[in-house]
Amino acid sequence: MSPLQRASGWIFAGPALVVLSVFFFLPVLAAFALSLTDFDIYALADISNLRFVGLDNYAELIGRPIFWKALGNTVYFVGAGVPLSIAVSLFAALLLHSRASFLKPLFRTALFAPVVTTVVAVAVIWRYLLHTRYGILNAALESVGLPAVDWLGDPNVSMPAIILFAVWKNFGYNMIIILAGLQAIPDDLYEAARIDGANRVQQFIHVTLPSLAPILFLVGVITTAGYFQLFAEPYVMTEGGPVQSTLSILYFMYEEGFKWWSLGSASAVAFLLFVIMLGVTAVQYAVMRRRGGLA
Amino acid sequence: MKGRASNPLVVNGALIGLALVALFPLFWMISVSLMQPGEAADVPPPLLPSDPTFENYLRLFGQTGMGRYFLNSLVLAVSATALSLFFNVTAGYAFAKLRFKGRDTIFRLLLAALVIPAQVAMIPLFLMLKEMGLINTYLGVLVPTMANVFGIFLVRQYALSVPTEMLEAARLDGAGEIRIFASIVLPALRPIIVTLGIFAFLASWNDFLWPLIVLIDDDMYTLPVAIAALSREHVQDAELMMAGAVVTVLPVLFLFLGLQRFYLRGLLLGSVKG
Repeated sequence: MSPLQRASGWIFAGPALVVLSVFFFLPVLAAFALSLTDFDIYALADISNLRFVGLDNYAELIGRPIFWKALGNTVYFVGAGVPLSIAVSLFAALLLHSRASFLKPLFRTALFAPVVTTVVAVAVIWRYLLHTRYGILNAALESVGLPAVDWLGDPNVSMPAIILFAVWKNFGYNMIIILAGLQAIPDDLYEAARIDGANRVQQFIHVTLPSLAPILFLVGVITTAGYFQLFAEPYVMTEGGPVQSTLSILYFMYEEGFKWWSLGSASAVAFLLFVIMLGVTAVQYAVMRRRGGLA
Repeated sequence: MKGRASNPLVVNGALIGLALVALFPLFWMISVSLMQPGEAADVPPPLLPSDPTFENYLRLFGQTGMGRYFLNSLVLAVSATALSLFFNVTAGYAFAKLRFKGRDTIFRLLLAALVIPAQVAMIPLFLMLKEMGLINTYLGVLVPTMANVFGIFLVRQYALSVPTEMLEAARLDGAGEIRIFASIVLPALRPIIVTLGIFAFLASWNDFLWPLIVLIDDDMYTLPVAIAALSREHVQDAELMMAGAVVTVLPVLFLFLGLQRFYLRGLLLGSVKG
């Protein structure tokens, strides 16, 4: 081996590792350090105004109702949005996988299309579709005799409206992954179940679901992580309102950091989000392992 | 489900229903963008323009600087794609096929770092770029898109299938490492390069939070940042906003339609556990 050959691994991997270290790993560590300071607009102007405050930012956040409101809203969005999204993805994947379906590639493309669209742009579309007076959705409700809903103006339905939008936008992604999982289930399993006299619902419960379990778990973990990062949807559709009913953790971090320039406190928010996500992922893995579905 | 076929009427009916729900907002967007100003606020809301017009597009490009936003988005997405390919393809290949000390440990660490949400790095990164004078610049927007763990992972998974014997044979023939990379590895990786390229382009084009933080002046805005700002300013002007949405969404929709095969393959490859 020539010296160049021995060094080639580092030469090829080096640029990416340097970039990741400088622009990702270093900032992540710095975020924790920053969260222990009172970095604010005065420190932004003159760094000598910066003071180390220990865990004060965290203590202060825990004492602020708006932090709990943002956390609660985010947990609501994740808790209702993730199962609903995956249920719709599973339903769509089962339809596409069915022998009875025609034009599969066409339907697959149509159902996937919302995934590649720009979230800000389609959120603007939905804001009009959900409009109380001029929106198509209320026109449809009223045409069948149902009352109009103030989708984005009523704090009780604003989050469900955003969940509805998120499901529409995202279900195609997991649909593709679940569809691949369905295609990988061997026919013999269904054959054996049929011979045992299982009807279609029983086949679904005893063959399809257990075979899909690892994949459903995987898309669950990925979708949960993604949904915790809710930001653009409320920013565009509701500006976090009404009465902070759609203020998410990231939205709170954004306002704390880039509206009020409390960068120390905002870093603490970011770190708490990270810790919460880590905890939720750990619980998901533990539950899955206990059920024995994970090799 | 396999076996006795389900009722085709039910299955296809449900598929048509779902497809209508998925596509209706996009159809409505195009339709309203062609309506006369104010027409979308009629009661009941019209589905098709009574007298189609391009006036909203003319207003959009004439009055809001949409041409500039489009150019910003395009320059950034193309640059982000090029940078992402350079950093991630070289590293993905190294982690798959080159031997160096600590390789597997570093790779495991990188995978573990996938659990860290990107937003954690944003505030220090903002301060860092401020020191470097990169706030409100293209470069500032591009910095976090250069290398990413997911891209390295994607390329590595694909590069594992490149036969090592082929590389060894070239080495025995005296070919240098750069030459081997350019003439053997890159051609073999072409499908995953296309896949990663689409991912990088779409991610940059659709990105919102980071450009919103880094870009200060109106003439630096990307399409999503501009659309978000315009939609607050022109709330009543549904026709204008839908023209803006069309200009933002259609390019990526067509890109996806043209390269769908590569995109979906990458999606599946990326979801396989390492």
